Amino acid sequence: MSEAIVSLRNVVKHYARGKQDVPVLDGLNLDIAKGEFVALMGPSGSGKTTLLNLIGGLDTPTSGEITVAGQRLDRLGSGQLARWRAHNVGFVFQFYNLMPMLNAQRNVELPLLLTKLSSAKRAANAAAALTLVGVADRAKHKPNELSGGQAQRVAIARALVADPTILVCDEPTGDLDRKSADEILHLLQLLNRDHGKTIVIVTHDPKAAEFGSRHLHMDKGALLETGTLAA
Amino acid sequence: MKYLPLLWATLWRKKARTIFTLLSIVVAFLLYGVLGTVDYAFENPSAGVTGADKLITTNKFSITLQLPFSFTQQIRSVPGVAVVTWITWFGAYYQESKNFVFALPIDTDTYFDLHKSDGFVVSDAQMTAFRNTRTGVLVNSALMKKFGWKVGDKLPLHSTIWTQKSDGSLNWTFDIVGTFDVKDPTQASQQSSTALFHYELFDEGRSFGKGEVGWFEERVDDPSQSAAIAAKIDALFANSPNETRTQPAKDFAIAFIKQIGDVGFVLRAILAAVFFTLLFLTGNTMMQSVRERIPELAVLKTLGFTDGHVLALVIGESLLLCLIAAIVGLGLSFAMIPIVHQALQGVDLSHGEQLSGLAVAVLLALVVGLPPAIRAMRLNVVDALMDKR
Repeated sequence: MSEAIVSLRNVVKHYARGKQDVPVLDGLNLDIAKGEFVALMGPSGSGKTTLLNLIGGLDTPTSGEITVAGQRLDRLGSGQLARWRAHNVGFVFQFYNLMPMLNAQRNVELPLLLTKLSSAKRAANAAAALTLVGVADRAKHKPNELSGGQAQRVAIARALVADPTILVCDEPTGDLDRKSADEILHLLQLLNRDHGKTIVIVTHDPKAAEFGSRHLHMDKGALLETGTLAA
Repeated sequence: MKYLPLLWATLWRKKARTIFTLLSIVVAFLLYGVLGTVDYAFENPSAGVTGADKLITTNKFSITLQLPFSFTQQIRSVPGVAVVTWITWFGAYYQESKNFVFALPIDTDTYFDLHKSDGFVVSDAQMTAFRNTRTGVLVNSALMKKFGWKVGDKLPLHSTIWTQKSDGSLNWTFDIVGTFDVKDPTQASQQSSTALFHYELFDEGRSFGKGEVGWFEERVDDPSQSAAIAAKIDALFANSPNETRTQPAKDFAIAFIKQIGDVGFVLRAILAAVFFTLLFLTGNTMMQSVRERIPELAVLKTLGFTDGHVLALVIGESLLLCLIAAIVGLGLSFAMIPIVHQALQGVDLSHGEQLSGLAVAVLLALVVGLPPAIRAMRLNVVDALMDKR
C-alpha cells in the first residue's frame, strides 16, 4: 500500500443527546492510501457519516488520532479546521447543497473567495472546473434551472475547484436516477484515475460501491473490510 | 469587495421581502432626513446669515401680548438702531378659514425702509397709489395669482381677532392698489401670502387695543452688535409693566411656530417611534432570513469559511440593506428640502444634518444584524447539515 493520506488510530466518537451519551465509533482504526477510491457502506446509524465528518474535518473525535494529508485534525480548533478544509477537502452531498441564488459559475467560485486569486483568475478556474465535469454550457444557470445530474456535477466542480487533496462524498447519487447516478460515478472514477484524487464515498447503493477500488462496511461503529480491487 | 456579489445575491434571495423591507427603511430615512432637518432648523434658528441685521422686540412673556406704541421712540434712541417699525398680528383669512392671508398693518415709510435690503419690488405708480389710498392694500403677486385677484378689486378679509369700532364686525374691506414681489429668496417665500395695509387705518378702525402694537422690528447698523443692541433695548423696559424680549428675526419666526408646542420634541418622538418599529421589523426580517439559510451557511462553513467569515457576511448583508435604503431615503429627503424650506416660510435648513443619517444606518445595521450574525457564527456545521444532506 502506498503512503496513507488518511490515518485514524483508536478513534472514539460519542454524541451527547440530552443527558444520554451515545457511542458512535469505538476505537476505530483506518488507513486510506493516496489515490484510493474508497466506498463505505453500511446500515443507517452505523457511523458512516460520522466517520466521513471526521475525515473531512467537519467534526472532532472524542478521543483518538486523526491524520489527514499530514495534519493531525484532532489537535485543531474550529477556525484552524475551517482553514484546513478550505485547502484540503472537497465535499459532495446527496442534495448538492448549491446556493440557490447563485448561478453555477458563482457557486463553483465560492471556495476560491477564500484564496488571494484575482476575480479573473477565480472565474477562469471555475470555468475550467465546470468544463472538467462537463457542464460548462450551464455556467450561467441557477441550481433550479439544472437537472439533478447537472446540479451534482456543479457540486463536484465546486468540490474540485480549489484542488483539494481528498474528495469526501456523502451519498452523491442518492437523489439521482440510475442513468445520472452512473454518469456521476463515472465522473468520480475519472477524477480518481486520471487526476489522482483520493475519494471516499458513503453509499447505500451496491452498484455505486462497485466503482470504488476498496470497499469498507460499517456496522455499529466498527469497520469491516470487504474487498480491494486492483487499480 | 470580492464578497459583494455573494452579499448582493443573498440580499435578493427573497425579492418581495427585500423590497418591502427596503421600502420601510427608505421611508424611515426619508422621515429622518426631512424631520431631522426641520428639527435642526428649530434648534438652530440663527444658523443662517439672512436677516442677521434685523431684530424683533416682543412682550417678554408672550408674543400674543401687546406693547405700547410709545416704545417706538425709546427703541429708536438706542445707539446702533437704524430703523424701527411696528406691526400687529391681524389674523386674516379670505372667505374661508382655510384661505389664510398674512395680512399685516404696517407703517409704510419705516416698513419699506427696514426691509429695503430684502428687495421689495413695487412700481412707483402703485406705491404712490398705496400711499394715497387710506384703504389701500399691496398684495404679494403670488397671493394675487392664487386667488385670481386683480388691481382695483375690493378685498374683503375676515380678522379672527380685531373687531371694527364702527359696527363690531370682524370683516374688513380693502382696495387692492398694487402688487409686490421680493427678490431675497428667503423673504420671498416668507412673503408669499402677505398683504400689507396701513397701520393708521387699522389702529383707528379697531374697537380695542388702540395705541398698542404686536411687535417692533429693528434694523441695526452693525449686525455684529445685534446681541448688545437687543440687550440694551430690553434693558430700557426692564421692571416695567411691559417687559420686552428682543431677538434675531429668525429666532422670532421659530418662536412663532413653537407656540403650538415643542416642535422639536414632537419631531424627535416621531422619529424615535419610527426607528423603534423599524428595529423590530428589520431585526425580524434578518433573523428570519438567517434561519431560512442555516443549511446554506453550514455549506459555507464546510467549504472553509470560518466562524468570523460567516459573522462578517451576515453583518455585511445587514449593512448593505440598511445603507442602500438609507441612501435612497436621505436622497429623497434631500430633494424635498426646497419644499420643506417653502413650507417653513424660509427658515434656514441644514443639508449636513442628513449625513448623520448614514451613521444611524450603520448603527441600525449593526443592531439588527448582530444577533442573527452571532447565531450564524455559532452554528454547528454537522448539526446544521443533518437535515440537508
